[in-house]
Amino acid sequence: MDNLGNIGTTEEQIELMDVATNFCRDKSPVEKVRALIDDDLGYDPEIWREVGELGWLAIAIPEAHGGVGLSMAEVVPIAEQMGRNLMSTPFGMTTLAAQALLAGGTEAQQAAWLPKISEGMAATLALREDHGDWDLAHVDCAGTHSGDSIALAGKKQLVLWADSAELIIASVMIDDRLRFALIERSALPEGALRREEIIDETARSYELNLDGVSVPDSALLDADRGREIIEKVELAAGLIHAAEMTGGAQAVIDYTLEYLKTRKQFDKIIGSYQALKHPTVNNYVEYEKARTHLYSAAFSWGEQGRGEVAVRMAAAQAHDSYSQAADRSIQFHGGFGFTHDCDAQLHRRKAIMSGALIGDAPYQRSKLAGLLFD
Amino acid sequence: MADKPDAAELKEYSEAADAWFKENTVRDPGFMLPLTFMEVSTDEQFDFLREWQRKVYEAGYLGASWPKEYGGGGLHTDFQRAATRAMKKYDAPIMLNAIGNGWAGPLILDLGSEEQKQTYIKGMLNAEDIWCQGFSEPEHGSDLGNAQLKAVKEGDEYVLNGSKIWTSLGDRAKYMILLARTDFEAENKYKGLSFFLNPMKIDGISTSRIKKLTGEYGFVQTFFTDARISADCLFGGEGNGWSMAMKTLEYERGAKVKPVGGYFVKELDVMQIVELAKNSMRNGKPLLDDPVMRDKMTQYMIDIQALNLNNTRRRMPQLMQDKPMGLPLMNKLARTELIRELTEFSLGFQGTKAGYYVGDENAVDDGYWHRSYLNSFSATIGGGTSEIQRNIVAEHALGLPKTR
Ligand SMILES: Cc1cc2nc3c(=O)[nH]c(=O)nc-3n(C[C@H](O)[C@H](O)[C@H](O)COP(=O)(O)OP(=O)(O)OC[C@H]3O[C@@H](n4cnc5c(N)ncnc54)[C@H](O)[C@@H]3O)c2cc1C
Repeated sequence: MDNLGNIGTTEEQIELMDVATNFCRDKSPVEKVRALIDDDLGYDPEIWREVGELGWLAIAIPEAHGGVGLSMAEVVPIAEQMGRNLMSTPFGMTTLAAQALLAGGTEAQQAAWLPKISEGMAATLALREDHGDWDLAHVDCAGTHSGDSIALAGKKQLVLWADSAELIIASVMIDDRLRFALIERSALPEGALRREEIIDETARSYELNLDGVSVPDSALLDADRGREIIEKVELAAGLIHAAEMTGGAQAVIDYTLEYLKTRKQFDKIIGSYQALKHPTVNNYVEYEKARTHLYSAAFSWGEQGRGEVAVRMAAAQAHDSYSQAADRSIQFHGGFGFTHDCDAQLHRRKAIMSGALIGDAPYQRSKLAGLLFD
Repeated sequence: MADKPDAAELKEYSEAADAWFKENTVRDPGFMLPLTFMEVSTDEQFDFLREWQRKVYEAGYLGASWPKEYGGGGLHTDFQRAATRAMKKYDAPIMLNAIGNGWAGPLILDLGSEEQKQTYIKGMLNAEDIWCQGFSEPEHGSDLGNAQLKAVKEGDEYVLNGSKIWTSLGDRAKYMILLARTDFEAENKYKGLSFFLNPMKIDGISTSRIKKLTGEYGFVQTFFTDARISADCLFGGEGNGWSMAMKTLEYERGAKVKPVGGYFVKELDVMQIVELAKNSMRNGKPLLDDPVMRDKMTQYMIDIQALNLNNTRRRMPQLMQDKPMGLPLMNKLARTELIRELTEFSLGFQGTKAGYYVGDENAVDDGYWHRSYLNSFSATIGGGTSEIQRNIVAEHALGLPKTR
């Protein structure tokens, strides 16, 4: 089939992989991850500053806007290691916001925001709504012209890291067209953000009430590039989440292996029982498939047609592998597996969160089927 | 190894290979061709495939990267890969002498004496000498270390007694790689084993054909009754049989490769399955309109693509750091299980027609899918079962303790 991608790596990817592996492992030990669960901000600002200094937010931004001029392919190894170490920061959302600006921002908008993002400013996207549909074109929130500005209305949900983001890009319908509004968080009225209880305790999410918010006309992304923006954001999100989930799957399998190698029952190390061994091998095989798809998606990124097939394959495979590996990990930890203290649940929750954000494996497959068969 | 070729050289070679396979590949000889080397059933099939292998070898597209002094082409492996790609592209028949070229050959090249290399390698490449493998016994398949076939040394000969079973190509082979017990008193079962390059066409060795679940023939039971072989046939030294067998299995299970070229098992072509699905009906509509079937079909596409790309990823050390043995060891397991599931799934596409088998004019694609499904077990059982393979992945790639 000629719309299937290939696999390969770039030198920069490999370099970043090494740096990110060490950085995320050292800076995000699981005790720290757990301590941050009760923290309001939800991440360590010092680490966020370092992420900015390392230039990781600038990777996929062109040099003209203060970026490094690489692509989403090089973001993959970083997101993968962050997922592997459950390292939460606004990294993924900020990267996605930059991609939205690149896909549909005017020259002035790009010049205003991209250099700031390159330097470490957090941004986010407000795309989800109460109907719960994964289709990003299904938007009920609205904007109406009033003089030189647009009055917004409706509620956005699952706006990750909104309290840290200086820029929020929200999708709204204006004159029956899908548009994207650049909202400065500092301009939001009191009470516009409500923190949500989300299943992934390592992330922070907010509901954004747009009623009473207005933006100038100049804060709308290009009217003719609505489709492009959606497609770009959807694929970039698929890739980043696939990377995080693949890293997570690796971690949860290793975590399970540790237990299987140390816990004894009936005078035997439980990892010698095939009832645990064989499903663990199956999960491992699925993880390796996910990693192969991930690097294929990174490699095929930007190729018309193939890019989307590869990203959706990676997302579907990663979501299934991560969910299944974490699910079995809970079971294989027995009574301890049922406790909040067992790390398996952190991963199980994160897999559910990722699926909720980008669409789970069956959803990705339904999109793929259209690309492959019709 | 030979130098890595430059792009121009490789391109020229690839084009020549392409042209050769385009010109010389016979896809339909007028009878059913085997999908794997384990399925060679009739004389017609055997003669055709033997001739085909000789022809490919003589054209330089088999063993291209094996040493020149023993009959190989002495080229870099990239050349062989290019030739194999051309074979796939033109859907060429499989290579017959899998056990010789796939596992005995690499073993002899790795560990054999100069004389053994001179004696055996060329004959296996040109299919003059067919090889078989005598590992499994009626009582001991997975528990290979328990093999009981007796090899007793008398002067400069060994006398063999016992039986091997499920020997693929056993009735056609000139040589067998044989695992036998030379010491019944050894401190453990493994230490009593020795490994032989055993001649098959001698007194005291006979075979009887076994009918397979497909209705065809392809493997045999081999009987040894006071069969006498020269002590020179011993390979790797007395008592080293287990280690030789394990080294052989590294090749058989794909953990190691010394690419001889071609393929021994026809790969499933995804497009064929997609075509089948497109042409199948469900409730008066194309099967691919059925959301459940679409979903499953898509998952299989994801699986196939992953396994194909795994083969490329295996050669990329940067993406293999975490568990370097993982991909090589899981490959056999994942691929063979997938083919079994997928071919089984394809039977359901056929609706009422799933009832027909090879030989009936109403059978879809001449019964190809049924035959593929039934044959798929050859690979999930032969060469070590999937269950054993899971143990191996668990123990050698994931470091879990041994199952006892
Ligand atoms: C098409 C084909 C061609 C073959 N060609 C050859 C050949 O050329 N030469 C040759 O020597 N052999 C050959 N074989 C034999 C093959 O290697 C054996 O069949 C295989 O190793 C399994 O052994 P067994 O049949 O004795 O099954 P058993 O070992 O009796 O297994 C029965 C069942 O028990 C399971 N089982 C056994 N032990 C364990 C364990 N420790 N943990 C979990 N499950 C276990 C198995 O997975 C299987 O499901 C061939 C087999 C086939 C199907």
